[in-house]
Amino acid sequence: MSAFADQVYVLGRRSVVRTVRQPANVVAPLLFPMLLLAVNSGGLKAETNLPGFPTNSFVAFALAVPFIQGALFATMNTGTDLARDIQTGFLNRLTLTPMRGIALLCGQLGGVVVLSLVQAAVYLGVGLITGVRIASGPAGVLTLFAFAALVGLAFGALGAFAALRTGSGEAVQSLFPAFFVFLFISSMNIPRNLIEVTWFRDAATANPVSYLLECVRSLIITGWDGEALALGFGIASVVAIVALVASSWALRVRMARS
Amino acid sequence: MPDPAIQADELVRQYKKGPRAVDGIDLAVQPGEIYGFLGPNGAGKSTTVHMLTTLLPPTSGSARVAGFDVVHQGAQVRMHIGAALQEAALDPLLTGREHLRLQASLQGIPRAERTKRSDELLGRVGLREAADRKVRGYSGGMKRRLDLALALVHRPEILFLDEPTTGLDIQSRTALWGEVSRLASEDGVTVFLTTQYLEEADVLADRVGIIDHGRIVAEGTPAALKAEVGRSTVEAIPADAADVERTATILDRFGELVPSTKGAAVRLEDGHVGLAEIVRALDHEGLRAENIQLHQPSLDDVFLAKTGRSLEGAGDEDEQGLAMESA
Repeated sequence: MSAFADQVYVLGRRSVVRTVRQPANVVAPLLFPMLLLAVNSGGLKAETNLPGFPTNSFVAFALAVPFIQGALFATMNTGTDLARDIQTGFLNRLTLTPMRGIALLCGQLGGVVVLSLVQAAVYLGVGLITGVRIASGPAGVLTLFAFAALVGLAFGALGAFAALRTGSGEAVQSLFPAFFVFLFISSMNIPRNLIEVTWFRDAATANPVSYLLECVRSLIITGWDGEALALGFGIASVVAIVALVASSWALRVRMARS
Repeated sequence: MPDPAIQADELVRQYKKGPRAVDGIDLAVQPGEIYGFLGPNGAGKSTTVHMLTTLLPPTSGSARVAGFDVVHQGAQVRMHIGAALQEAALDPLLTGREHLRLQASLQGIPRAERTKRSDELLGRVGLREAADRKVRGYSGGMKRRLDLALALVHRPEILFLDEPTTGLDIQSRTALWGEVSRLASEDGVTVFLTTQYLEEADVLADRVGIIDHGRIVAEGTPAALKAEVGRSTVEAIPADAADVERTATILDRFGELVPSTKGAAVRLEDGHVGLAEIVRALDHEGLRAENIQLHQPSLDDVFLAKTGRSLEGAGDEDEQGLAMESA
């Protein structure tokens, strides 16, 4: 194993170990999206009677939401972990080793991706147990896992950027409500074409989160929808690239050793 | 004489809109030496360490560590140094052993050697039994010892310890002193140690640099520094207050009389005059003494002589002053 790969591996393992040893960081991303799914599936089930609603199973429709919510938790966890490393001086310790800065980022985000895959498995498992059938089949399930990993990476990198820029766990936590606003003004609870309030429909259409949800939803409900997949993967990739570049730059500034 | 392990020339660090934390420091630390950097809080000790360890670029001046320039050859400097900075920078969720393995991996120690090296260091700092406990359950002393072990993973030639015993109980402090002394005497490690404790600098350091307001105000061996500010003083308090004048007359033979509130005191002229000779002289004259004390100059006397303030509480005074200025 090369020195760089070894560094990424040990830092990724640390990220996973840290997460596992903080039960709240494991339970919250699994429990809260599932609770919201249960509440919404019970309360909004009547929506399936609307003409044009894409499925008669609200659980199948709403199952996309936990994927994005889980990624939001990934943002918080990555950000607060990194901010803690900065505040405790642990980053200085790492800075004094021959570690390459990018290895820290890769390791940290590698841990997030692992957690995202575990979360995706749980969400899908709950969906299958409650009767949801994945329209795109086994290949679609694999695609869902790939998408979950990509979204986790993108949102995790955003959290890392916030932490590296501010060095403050509180600042990272304050992003959470802002991200939730994006989630709530999306097509989270109803398809965009069925939103009657114009401003809300326009906001949901402009909101990239809607396309992330619709990508997941298409694989579960519709099957293989090229446009939804292209938009979902495209937006997640752009966010991931921009966030990775930004966080790499922020890390370089933070580790400004001579 | 070999090249210094650490050399700084006119090293300056000026913070934006802030004070000149380090204001033109010159120093040279020889290989294998323990150099104590003594000063109150806010004197510039940690800023100096950050510059010498490449964590902070100097505003001006230059420094070489292990023969490499801290600004232009940072990577080479880091390969030769270990550092335990002011706060024990540990991950509370990892165990001691996990810390050491992580550090060994990042320092590029071959996989096959990591376990052996970790076990060796855990044993050396007395953490073998606590090795598999999470660090959040460690005491302050245990954290400091683990921090030291982490700094030693890659067998550095030069070790920077930034206030390594602050907040530790005397037992932990003594254990750490023992390990630092051993590192220098047996392994030949050069140690740059910052401290605000006079006793620590006195006991550990081969040479001491006293820093105040970002400048080195005195430098030398503890003995030389103390000798520079004054000779030992003997104070004798007679059992009968009426004998104070007679006592002073006898003490006058041994040096220059200095004021004493209860008895008589003399600053010894000859460094070789012992307390026993004074006791014998008093006894010979039939004087009964209630108390006889030998006062030797301390590093605090050195600090007082150089700055006009006592080191004890000097940092607090500075901080109060700053608080009043900003209020």
